[in-house]
Parts: sequence; structure tokens; C-alpha cells
Amino acid sequence: MASTAHGSNAAAVRLAPQVNMTDLTTTTSEKEALVRFEISDLNFFYGAKQAIFGLNLKIPKNRVTALIGPSGCGKSTFLRTLNRMNETIRHTRVVGQILLDGQDILKMDVVGLRRRVGMVFQRPNPFPKSIYDNVAYGLRINGYQGRLDDLVEHSLRRAALWDEVKDYLHKSAFALSGGQQQRLCIARALAVDPEVLLLDEPCSALDPVTTAKIEELMFHLKDSCTMAIVTHNMQQAARASDFTAFMLDGKLIEHSETSKLFTTPQDPRTEAYITGRFG
Amino acid sequence: MERHFEHDLEELKQRLLWMGSLAERAVHQAVHAVLDADERLAEAVLAEEDAINEMQIEIDERVQRLLALQAPMAADLRFLLAVSRINGDLERIGDQAVNIAQSAMRILRHPQVKPYVDLPRMSELAEAMVRDSLNAVVRGDMDLAQTVLQRDDQVDRLRDQLFRELLTYMMENSSVVFSAFELILVAKNLERIGDHATNIAEDVIYFVAGRDVRHPALDRR
Repeated sequence: MASTAHGSNAAAVRLAPQVNMTDLTTTTSEKEALVRFEISDLNFFYGAKQAIFGLNLKIPKNRVTALIGPSGCGKSTFLRTLNRMNETIRHTRVVGQILLDGQDILKMDVVGLRRRVGMVFQRPNPFPKSIYDNVAYGLRINGYQGRLDDLVEHSLRRAALWDEVKDYLHKSAFALSGGQQQRLCIARALAVDPEVLLLDEPCSALDPVTTAKIEELMFHLKDSCTMAIVTHNMQQAARASDFTAFMLDGKLIEHSETSKLFTTPQDPRTEAYITGRFG
Repeated sequence: MERHFEHDLEELKQRLLWMGSLAERAVHQAVHAVLDADERLAEAVLAEEDAINEMQIEIDERVQRLLALQAPMAADLRFLLAVSRINGDLERIGDQAVNIAQSAMRILRHPQVKPYVDLPRMSELAEAMVRDSLNAVVRGDMDLAQTVLQRDDQVDRLRDQLFRELLTYMMENSSVVFSAFELILVAKNLERIGDHATNIAEDVIYFVAGRDVRHPALDRR
């Protein structure tokens, strides 16, 4: 059943109209509808230290956008501004505008925002609970009234984990392998049906086989979810994303279709970074 | 610190140029086997064909290894793709030289049809195109590559001129048909060599600027 669902999802993704970045630079309402996040003149400060400088970027709907750049360039900081996760760090400040479907996220209720914009971190961080309760957790605290069993199964299926855990749902999440734990975290994030999934180096601690599963999962999630992924792995960015943004020293240097950025980058700094000549 | 990968790329470029020099020499010797009626030159071309073919396989293996092990991006990726295509063009140039050498051996058994005027001009042009396309590879010189592209029409015009002239000779005197036909084949092979040099020049523009200029009518970028 899962494979049938995946098959139809894949077909839907392949049939989806191509989003062209040139189109995204225009401002007609029809084309605006293709944009999930619109970030304008974003600056971010850790105390007195500025980490992001005047960043402008449009993140298209139902596509994967990869953020690449050397360590400390601000890509994870930027990712965390998209669901205001940086607010958990003291003495931080955001200046600029981030629109989610046209709404200013800085003026939104933060709990509601994080329900719409889920996050998966570098190291799998399941709760010390059963597999089932991990997935059900978000639903319960949001007062979900429907059939929990169905939604837990649906979320685990979307995270391509159901077949591996369906007979052990009440075992501790810590009994799972690293790759399974990471997919469990993705299932947990998907349970509340977010519009956006932010992934901060989700595969850096995983082996190549598990990494391939997560990348395949991202491909299949595209028809229902917009994703932004921070990765240090150029090959992963090239394989798994539709658009790539290259950041350096807190600035967005170049943003284009992934196939273009990795074959004919326009900025010499992008070229130097992706060919491994610095960073 | 220079990366090991850059050393590998440089070594690959040197091997490609060595293959280019073999192909270039083969063309020169083959044409002079015709022009100077020198059978030994034709034999030398046939004897060296294997060396060019072996280079093609060696370069293909190097490209394959670097693609698999280094997962190159951007300029490095374009360079390796270009080398792979140039490798094929150089091997074909070697084949055209062999064709010319074989024609030379057949032509030598017959009296000369006419004084050679356009053929030396055509061979000089085609050889210069091959030489300049390889120089453009070494220097990543797009301007030089562009001049190679512009010269292709001159080679084509000389081929047409030679065809017309040799047809006239054949119509006037049937005893020269065999030699004249072989000369037409030589001209055709030289024209193809010009085409391969053009391909190499296009690959230079591709790996330097990322622009695909192979089929301008498609107007991709």
C-alpha cells in the first residue's frame, strides 16, 4: 500500500509544473502563489555580532531548496529564522521581513508558526517515549480529536518507516537505529501536517543507505510539503534539491536551479566553493 | 595547498595534448604522403594508428575514474565532459588521417591528375584549425576557439571548389577518374578534420564559459 501511495506521489511530482526562478522574480499574483517563503532584506544578530546580512530569497512551494556554504556562513542560523527557532537563544535579534504565504511570521503566534513549519535536526532527537507516542505527541498537545492510530500510521508511512516498525510501535524509540530514529523524527514532524519542513543536516550522522532513504523520502514528500535543507554534502544538495542557495559570510551569494548552480555557477565564489577550492 | 585532484586534471590535460599532437602529426604526414607522393609517410600514419587508439582508451579510463572518485562540480565537471568529447574527436581525426594515407597509397599507383593548388591550402587550413583548437584547450582561450569556428566555412568552400574542379577533370578524361575520385575522398576527409577541430573549439567554449554553442539554431542560452 505504501508503495502504491509513493508511486502516485512520484507521478504527481513529475507532472507538477516546473517552477522557474526567473518566474519567481516577477511579482504577479499568480506567480506569487508559487512562493512559500519570501524573505526580504533579512539581517540577524547574535548580540552585537551580525550573522546574516541583507538576505533576499524566495523559497518555492513544493520544492526542495538546499542551503550550502562553509561552516559559520549563517545557513543554519538562516534556516532557524524561518520558524523563529533562534528566539530560544538569548540576545538574538531579527531585522527584515519573512513572509509565509504572504503573512509576516514575526507577527504570528510562534506555536502556530512552528506547527506550520516543522524542523528536523542534525542528530535524531526522539523523546524518551515509545515509537507511537513520539509520533502522537504533537497531535496530543494540539488537542487532536480524531483517530490517533490512523494518523500515527499515516505519518510513519509518509516517513517510509511504517513497514519497519509496525510490529513494535510500543517499543522505546531509542531501540531504533540512527537512520530509523531520524525518520521517526521526520514522522513526528509530519504528524501535525506542516506546510514546510526545515532539515538541518539531517543525514550527517547517517550511513549512505539510510541517507538514500531520507533523500527518496524528501522526493516523495514534495507534493505535499515545501522543504529547505542545510547540507555540507554537495552531492546531496545536487541529488535532492530543486534549487540551491550558496551563502558566504552571512550573505546570499547565489541562488538558482540546482542543475544550473552545480554545472554553470555565475559567481566565482560559488564556483570556488563547490569545486572544493576553498571552504 | 594544491589538491591532488588538480594534479590529476593537469595530467589528464597533458595526456590529451599528447594525443592531440599524435593526431596532428598523422594528418600532416598523411596529406604530405599525397602531396609529395611519399609512400613511407603513408605507412608511418598507418603504423601510428594504434597509438592514438590506445590513448583514447587511456583518456576515457582517466575521465571515468575522476568522475567516479572525485564527483566533480561546475568547471571541473565541464572540463571532464569536454575532455571526453575532445578525446572522441581526436580519435576520429586519427581515423581521417588513416583514410587519407590509404588514399595516398592508391593515388601513388597512378599518374598525378593535376598540380596540387587547393589541396595544400585546404590541408594547411585544417591542420591550423586542429593546432589552434588544441592551443585553445591548453590556454582555455575562447577567442582562439572562436577563430577556429569562423574558419570552418573556408575549409568547406575549398572542398566544394575542389569537388567542382575534379569533376571537370573526370568529365574531360575518363582515365583520371580513379585518382580524381581518391582526391575527392582526401578533400572530404580534410573537411571532416575541420569539423572535428570545430567540435573541439566548441568544447573549449563549453568548459570555459559553460555555454553550449554546438547548435546555435536551438538558441538555448
